[in-house]
Amino acid sequence: MGRVLLVCRLAARDLRRRPLKAGLLLLAITAATATLTLGLALRGVTHDPYQSTREATLGPDVVASVAPPPEGAKAADLAGLEALTHARGVVGHSGPYPVVWGILSGHGQRWPVRVDGRDSARAPVDQPKLTHGSWVRDGGVVLEAGFANALGITAGDRIGLNALDLGSGRSVAGSTGRSFRVVGIAVTAASVPYPEVTCLAECAGNTGLIWLTRSDLRRLDARGPSLYVAYLRLADADAAQAFVDDHMFQQRSSCLPGEPCASKSQPPSLESWQQIRAESANLVENERRALVTGAWLLAVLAVASVAVLVGGRMADQVRRVGLLKAVGGSPSLVATVLLAEYVVVALAAAAVGLGLGVLATPLLTDPSAGLLGGTGAPRLTASTVALVTFVALGVAVAATFVPAVRAARTSTVLALADSARAPRRTGWLIALSGRLPVPLLLGTRMAARRPRRVILAALSVAITVSGVVAALSARAGLTEDQLGSASTLNQLSGVGGSVVDPGRVDRLSHVLLALTITLFVLAATNAIFITWATALDARRSSALARALGATPLQVGTGVSAAQVLPAFVGALLGIPGGIALIEAADPDAVTLAPLWQMIAVLVGTVVVVAALTAIPARLSARRPVVEVLASEHA
Amino acid sequence: MNAVESLPTVEPVLRTHAVEKEYGRGEGLVRAVDSVDLEVPAGETLAVMGPSGCGKSTLLHLLGGLERPSGGAVWLAGRRIDQLSEKALARLRRRAIGFVFQAFHLLDELTALENVELPALMAGSSPRAARSRAEDLLQQVGLGDRARHLPSELSGGQRQRVAIARALSNEPLVILADEPTGNLDSAATLDVLRLLDSLRAAGQTLVIVTHDSRIAAAADRLISMRDGAFVEETRLTHGRSGPFVELAGLEG
Repeated sequence: MGRVLLVCRLAARDLRRRPLKAGLLLLAITAATATLTLGLALRGVTHDPYQSTREATLGPDVVASVAPPPEGAKAADLAGLEALTHARGVVGHSGPYPVVWGILSGHGQRWPVRVDGRDSARAPVDQPKLTHGSWVRDGGVVLEAGFANALGITAGDRIGLNALDLGSGRSVAGSTGRSFRVVGIAVTAASVPYPEVTCLAECAGNTGLIWLTRSDLRRLDARGPSLYVAYLRLADADAAQAFVDDHMFQQRSSCLPGEPCASKSQPPSLESWQQIRAESANLVENERRALVTGAWLLAVLAVASVAVLVGGRMADQVRRVGLLKAVGGSPSLVATVLLAEYVVVALAAAAVGLGLGVLATPLLTDPSAGLLGGTGAPRLTASTVALVTFVALGVAVAATFVPAVRAARTSTVLALADSARAPRRTGWLIALSGRLPVPLLLGTRMAARRPRRVILAALSVAITVSGVVAALSARAGLTEDQLGSASTLNQLSGVGGSVVDPGRVDRLSHVLLALTITLFVLAATNAIFITWATALDARRSSALARALGATPLQVGTGVSAAQVLPAFVGALLGIPGGIALIEAADPDAVTLAPLWQMIAVLVGTVVVVAALTAIPARLSARRPVVEVLASEHA
Repeated sequence: MNAVESLPTVEPVLRTHAVEKEYGRGEGLVRAVDSVDLEVPAGETLAVMGPSGCGKSTLLHLLGGLERPSGGAVWLAGRRIDQLSEKALARLRRRAIGFVFQAFHLLDELTALENVELPALMAGSSPRAARSRAEDLLQQVGLGDRARHLPSELSGGQRQRVAIARALSNEPLVILADEPTGNLDSAATLDVLRLLDSLRAAGQTLVIVTHDSRIAAAADRLISMRDGAFVEETRLTHGRSGPFVELAGLEG
């Protein structure tokens, strides 16, 4: 008990003695734990709004649709669809409803839409829930809420509709546009909220969803429905995916590959409610993936930060270690005291990170306008708390263990004399540096004195550059998706512009930006601390170099060069690291950041590290030579 | 143009006029060097003696441009150096001054050879020339066979001989030695004195700060300092003819 008390007291006093460093340790580990909490808390957060919407709209368990055969038959074959409504396990259905493609004109713009023909009466399955206005009636159109929100159309507005020929991407020849009043705005669980899209038997890219009466739909496109859709209720909703898999498998086995189906009709296309829910969560899933990946990057970076800070603190503590050992402290007691300090900081960082993560989660979980309700406060599960705490402790222990053991094993006499750890000698590097200009000669030799610090510096930069390259690639992917949507629209309606919900895409961009900034801040802090540690460590050799004729500028540039050289190597490694990271985090990602951006990151890293290290390097180079040489002994 | 080239034949290598160095202010003001006038002609060996804290090391730092005087002026090879920029002072040290410290101040991670070649590399010599010069110097100081050894593998006397070889690397106008034998035992002191003796014989200008009267007695001129000022100056006629080691009574 006395020993525990002693360890706690010594650890607490040392933390109080250096509040700034303790604060920085806390900050570095908290950045990782908060991000990890956020990423873990996003798991399943969109399930609640989707579930609310599903309950309020009598959402279907399976959406079944059928398109006309590709040989040009005039109408879709309804037989397969109707057979499904009587299949085993199906206990209710609505439809089949006719569907046509159209072009909606409103607010001076035109957008492609999927038009569902519905009854004015309430449907037993998938009855969209009105958020504004009333349900469809002749002459009145209802818009899906996400779509209406993206276009800024409200109940009471007037819109124009034209039938769309999907093959040509143009209005149907001879079709005259009709005007409708927007009588309602509604949400549905049978389709992914706009701007995502649920493909039926036929897919037309990012189309909005609107509902008309069956009679208005017939008048809109005289050619008849493009496809039909039916909504099924199963006895066991949880078995919906199994139902879909089972029926899709049967359809595939009835049609041989490369040959027309024996039935000469297109089999129905099926989608379960679980698939729709997953698609609804697509953007949040991307955010979650970005956060969890970022959290691991931050955790590794935090290890580097903590190792740098701990290394610096250990150098300060050499004499204290000697005193502890001189008064009878065993090596294990010394190591325990040193580890205890960082374990306390890590536990505090875990608690702060968990709190911040929970508080920040609602900022990222605002559901689309196309779903009902909010996500509510995310729940902290025991596994999340355990994992976050484990990571925080892991960071602290991984970074502290080696210096703590080394300090504990230091000779008491040497420690009491406060003698600095002997520098490493890297013969080939010393020989090579003799051929370099003076600042590089000094910088290379300074770097070579402490290889572990060089590795930490390079690692820190490599992680940051990896994160930046991955974030840039993710952004490039988002931009490409937006352009892709725009080109689909161009093809379909002959108009420009993207209707991808800018708010939701911006949110993902903001997540990436926030992660990049956090990575950058931690890496910048590391660079400054490493520079300072290097400058302190090399103060005697720097002072001596000045006594032998090196100018302060040459010495300062040398200290900077000792950081820039590993930073350059780190940046070089970070680029393939970032590419690997984006491919690991999102195996579907095919878009990489443009080459010029990667080159800019490489050059920018070197420039930023040079700038960040310039001030501490310059300050260290200006310390009076005599003072340093008088205080340092060979 | 470097300092060596600019040296007029009649100019002393080092000259100071009313040079002062103060630390602190108000009640805590300390005058470490107080209005010192000094001339050191080329080839002279000057010893500066005095008790600890009398200002002799500070004077040496002022002469070498490591510290700036609070007042007065310092000339090296006829060029006033107390108003030079840090950069110009660094260039001057590189070309014209060699320092020898009591604590040796060798870089622990460099071998003896690498320590000795460092000033030449910093002065822009080619790696090959710097290496060749360093090997010659180590031969001269009797450490040719220890060139590849780290400082931690050398004795105190050997380390100081390496430091002296390093000070000679750029053929300086003057060597400023601060208690060069202060950290050495008798045998090592003897080694270093032999080396200084050979430098004096070769016409090297030396300014040695010491509190060891036996070493000071072997100089051409001895200046005693107290409270930052010169209190006595003695010209030792036997300086040039009597070897350091004999006068210091360390041999035989």
